[in-house]
Amino acid sequence: MEKTLNNKAWFLVLPVLVLVAFSAVIPLMTVVNYSVQDTFGNNQFFWAGTEWFQELLASSRFWAAIGRNLVFSGIILAIEVPLGILIALNMPRKGWGVPVCLVLMALPLLIPWNVVGTIWQVFGRTDIGLMGYYLNALGINYNYVQNPIDAWVTVIVMDVWHWTSLVVLLCYAGLVSIPDAFYQAAKIDGASRWAVFRYIQLPKMQRVLLIAVLLRFMDSFMIYTEPFVVTGGGPGNSTTFLSIDLVKMALGQFDLGPAAAMSLVYFLIILLLSWVFYTVMTNYDSGR
Amino acid sequence: MASIELDHIRHAYAGPSKAATVYALKEIHYTFEDGGAYALLGPSGCGKTTLLNIISGLLHPSHGRLRFDGRDVTELSTQERNIAQVFQFPVIYDTMTVYDNLAFPLRNRGVTESEVDKKVRETLKMIDLADWADRKARGLTADQKQKISLGRGLVRSDVNAILFDEPLTVIDPHMKWVLRSQLKQLHQRFGYTEIYVTHDQTEALTFAQKVVVMFEGEIVQIGTPAELFERPKHTFVGYFIGSPGMNLMPVDIQGKNARLGSQSIALPGAPKTAGESKLELGIRPEYVRLGREGMPISVTKVEDIGRHKIVRAELEGRSLAAILGEDDDIPAEPKVRFDPAGINIYADSWRVEMGA
Repeated sequence: MEKTLNNKAWFLVLPVLVLVAFSAVIPLMTVVNYSVQDTFGNNQFFWAGTEWFQELLASSRFWAAIGRNLVFSGIILAIEVPLGILIALNMPRKGWGVPVCLVLMALPLLIPWNVVGTIWQVFGRTDIGLMGYYLNALGINYNYVQNPIDAWVTVIVMDVWHWTSLVVLLCYAGLVSIPDAFYQAAKIDGASRWAVFRYIQLPKMQRVLLIAVLLRFMDSFMIYTEPFVVTGGGPGNSTTFLSIDLVKMALGQFDLGPAAAMSLVYFLIILLLSWVFYTVMTNYDSGR
Repeated sequence: MASIELDHIRHAYAGPSKAATVYALKEIHYTFEDGGAYALLGPSGCGKTTLLNIISGLLHPSHGRLRFDGRDVTELSTQERNIAQVFQFPVIYDTMTVYDNLAFPLRNRGVTESEVDKKVRETLKMIDLADWADRKARGLTADQKQKISLGRGLVRSDVNAILFDEPLTVIDPHMKWVLRSQLKQLHQRFGYTEIYVTHDQTEALTFAQKVVVMFEGEIVQIGTPAELFERPKHTFVGYFIGSPGMNLMPVDIQGKNARLGSQSIALPGAPKTAGESKLELGIRPEYVRLGREGMPISVTKVEDIGRHKIVRAELEGRSLAAILGEDDDIPAEPKVRFDPAGINIYADSWRVEMGA
């Protein structure tokens, strides 16, 4: 086939190029630019090379933040995914219960993140908070401002409360797409409840589950607003996740160079993990 | 294998009720013989799937009892009834291999692994999938998947019956023929009791020894394909089976004659009517003879469908279809005669016998 060549056609992709340039490429390049320079304000910059990167990768503060992030993501995935599946399995399939459940499940997702943070910040306070006050009244020593473990528990419970319904809704969507004939066939084949879950429901939920895991992992790895509102990264540095650390550095200390270097490393980590997830997902789908 | 006895079965989805109209299944009283191949034929919504689900135990009938070989199974679960069912859309366990799919119902019942292996290998041979044993089931074609669903039933040697719920709906036309004949062979070789639900008359007539025609929740006729064709008991059967369906026209009966408008039609005998209000004469297009003698008609359309021609005409203001050989010509002033062998008389839609 003869192809018509017309170089003017390139102009057709120009709008997209301009949009992407202003929304992504130029800001990113600005960050790259900062990350290799040092500044003392007044728009004066000095070449710093890879100094910030070396410093960052050698700093224990950075690795500690990454560690906290990974532990946090691991814990909330381990709670939210099984819990979400369990709730989705027990949600009604027909009748008036369906809209009720769906609305209840969607509610936490509709609340802005800083509001969620504020809700739990107040909820957990030991002086006026419903949960904080009564926990202490029951003799359980709970204080998220002073005790790192309590702070972690609060942040994790908050995330589970906020995001489990996303997993529920995705799983539910997978479940309702299973035709009745499958359950009937399973009955005829004498399958146990567990076998129905393992061989019918789980395979049908597999795709949405992978998406749920990916979304929840990325989101929790980038978590900022809620713990910032509740604990502000404390007590000490115990809930200082990467993003909180980054903002502290860039805005609190105005260390643009190190902050830019950290942004880039953070970005690359997320890019790498997304790629790993994506590859695993697509291989899992087509491979076997 | 077992005989299946439907003892005054009725079903309403909303639960038992006094109003007859809510019954999706009006009274069904019939016994499917052990080892028979039956087809349940009827239009969508006639209750055939309801009946099938009652037999398989997925539905509990509002009234009546169900017996397998005389044993009451009405209260038993699907699993305990030990039947196999093939659904409209192939049901397979995606993540398992073909082998594991077939082994699944056996393993669920705690059969030993050596017995499972023997049975599964046997069944794979029966359904022609022996070379596919270790493949994942998800990549197969629709007809192979449907064979696996069937295989999961066949693998259990003790099944009471195999039920088919329009199993060929999603299969490509050329594979339909292949599968249908394989099903028939399997039946002839192994003699399962088979009940096959369909709305496709060709499927029903080729598959079954006996066809059960259902209409609005009732069985209107049970018979061999030839009986359904020659002597439809109900005008619905006449109209539903055959292509085109039976011609029906309102008549007055006078002894051995039927009057249709200004025409008089000789009947093979005097119908034993009992003063019913609506009398009709039914004749299949195959028995309408087109020629130069008889009752004058006006031809409105001729459909040439290859093997033969379908002539659409009007007789005394009533539409009439006739089947004509591919090479036959239509005379300039066409007239029709009815072959007496093909004439049936219906009173209030039900066929009446002819006296001498």
